[in-house]
Amino acid sequence: MSLQFIVDGLLTGSMIGLGAIGVTLTYSILRFSNFAHGDFMAWGTYATLAVVSAIGATFGKMAPIGPLSFGWSLLVALVVGMAFTALLALLLDKVLFSRLRSQGQAIIVVMASFGASMALRSLLEFTFTSRPTYFSRAIQIAMPIGFGIRITPDQIALLLLTAVLVLGVHLLMTRTQTGRSMQALSQNAALARIVGINVAKVVRVTWIVGGSLACVAGVMIGILVQIRPFMGFDMLLPMFAAAILGGIGSIPGAVLGGLIIGLAEAGAVQLIGAEWRAAVSFIILMAVLFVRPIGLFGVGER
Amino acid sequence: MIDLIGYGAFFLSTALIFSLVTLGLNLQWGLTGLFNVGLAGFVAIGAYTSALLTTPDDPARLGGFGLPILVGWAGAMVVGGVAAALTGIATLRLRSDYLAITTFGVAVVVQLVALNAQKLTGGPFGIGFIPRPFGSLAETPLLFNLSNLAVVSAVTLIAYLALEHLSRSPWGRVLKALREDERAAISLGKSASFYRVQAFAVGGAIMALAGALQAHFTGFIAPDNYLPILTFQVWVMLIVGGSGSNLGGVVGSILVWAIWAGSGTLTSFLFPPEQQARAASLQIVAIGVMLCVILLVRPNGLFGDRPKRPRFGKRAKLAAAKSGSGS
Repeated sequence: MSLQFIVDGLLTGSMIGLGAIGVTLTYSILRFSNFAHGDFMAWGTYATLAVVSAIGATFGKMAPIGPLSFGWSLLVALVVGMAFTALLALLLDKVLFSRLRSQGQAIIVVMASFGASMALRSLLEFTFTSRPTYFSRAIQIAMPIGFGIRITPDQIALLLLTAVLVLGVHLLMTRTQTGRSMQALSQNAALARIVGINVAKVVRVTWIVGGSLACVAGVMIGILVQIRPFMGFDMLLPMFAAAILGGIGSIPGAVLGGLIIGLAEAGAVQLIGAEWRAAVSFIILMAVLFVRPIGLFGVGER
Repeated sequence: MIDLIGYGAFFLSTALIFSLVTLGLNLQWGLTGLFNVGLAGFVAIGAYTSALLTTPDDPARLGGFGLPILVGWAGAMVVGGVAAALTGIATLRLRSDYLAITTFGVAVVVQLVALNAQKLTGGPFGIGFIPRPFGSLAETPLLFNLSNLAVVSAVTLIAYLALEHLSRSPWGRVLKALREDERAAISLGKSASFYRVQAFAVGGAIMALAGALQAHFTGFIAPDNYLPILTFQVWVMLIVGGSGSNLGGVVGSILVWAIWAGSGTLTSFLFPPEQQARAASLQIVAIGVMLCVILLVRPNGLFGDRPKRPRFGKRAKLAAAKSGSGS
């Protein structure tokens, strides 16, 4: 088989990994699996698309940066989209999740997130219809880099962006007081409250980090594949599988899990065929649950 | 008038098939507290199993074994139950969220198999020529609809009575005990995961039976019938009716299906044909918001039976304070 699957897998894996960071943080800090996370991706992407079009309409079309398919307007729009997605997550938490959390039944929150996910996705479908759209219809020439592998400039840029973001989140979690508070809350919520950690702030930061990274992952899908209302929902199973494979609460684990699943999916596409791609995450998920349910970097239940 | 009765019978049969799925979900969630967000997958397993067993031979795919309809239904329950048991065995010793994620995955995989394994499921075009219990009456639609309704009501009634009996039996009491206070139940020597796997399997079998019933009612199935929206509808039905109550499940199903079908008719009047798809998505938004509002405002639904004793959060503190001052 051709080694091209490595590039494809790393890219899919970056998208899954960036999304899985949000899933794993919500799971470990707020203690519920958020089925609406995929729809944060889709909302962020459509928001970014809207801002790009707005910039294009007011200032005229911008020239792409160097060999890339997108210009500065997309980067500006991405930042706006990230802020929008973070706000959306905070809003949803305020009107829905936080109230149910205070009632104390974790699984009710999961169900509410399922309902919210349906509503959010269908609202996108209503507004933008289910027809796929694109950031740019330009076709990029892939450059050969040896071993039969080809890569486009967009792909290189997005891989670098992922690396920078993951490093940033890792530093946030390990080197700042906020990050350490987040870890403390995920490890022992009661003790964290006793030592005076500002829980409301930690919850806010969790949603901001998760939401904005979901937006980046969505925009990556938008640039490399296409934009559809279901784009996020289809990523849900790979994201959950990545978070569990990496170990709940572990950010390096989520990213590594994402990359493993991305590579496995790309390999399966070459070997078996693209139509079975979605089954790969399920098989990996089941294997992890049977063999090592705490995941690669996980710690036992406390 | 005759048309109206015919439509009424058709509507009620569909609603009762939904209520059969809801009864299965109520056993899993309402009684045992097991979260299944992939129930569309189990319904699909039942529908496809029964279709494979009962359809006439088809050279394009496996089988078409031409067996009697009742054999198809029994087969559907067995396969659905085994699939649910396997899902349960994989996840029920872990945190409750893992079951949710896994069932979600089951639904995705079943959908994939239904779409892609053409030799087994007929692929995107589905399976046709599924025998209908009163197919010979199809020329007189009224009689046909009424006899279908009779069959569906009978099956639903049997399932309802059986579940009512089960939930009052020692077995049902263990499930409730596990839901309310797992540690206390385990200390009395009840194996938590064993009972949970059983409950999950029986629930899955009932869902599969509902799928089979629906397949023989319409005579045709396709992967599109089993999208996540089905899971979502059934959840709303259970929550509206009140989880924990079988009666609530049935009433909630009829009520929500009435709202769903009614709003569907309404949108088809209000919107031009080219906007129908968009209007349908608005319908889903409305139901999704409804689910969240009910969870916030009236988590017990119409006939709910949730834990009476809050264990965490504000309400628990309130209850503790009350009982403290009272004694």
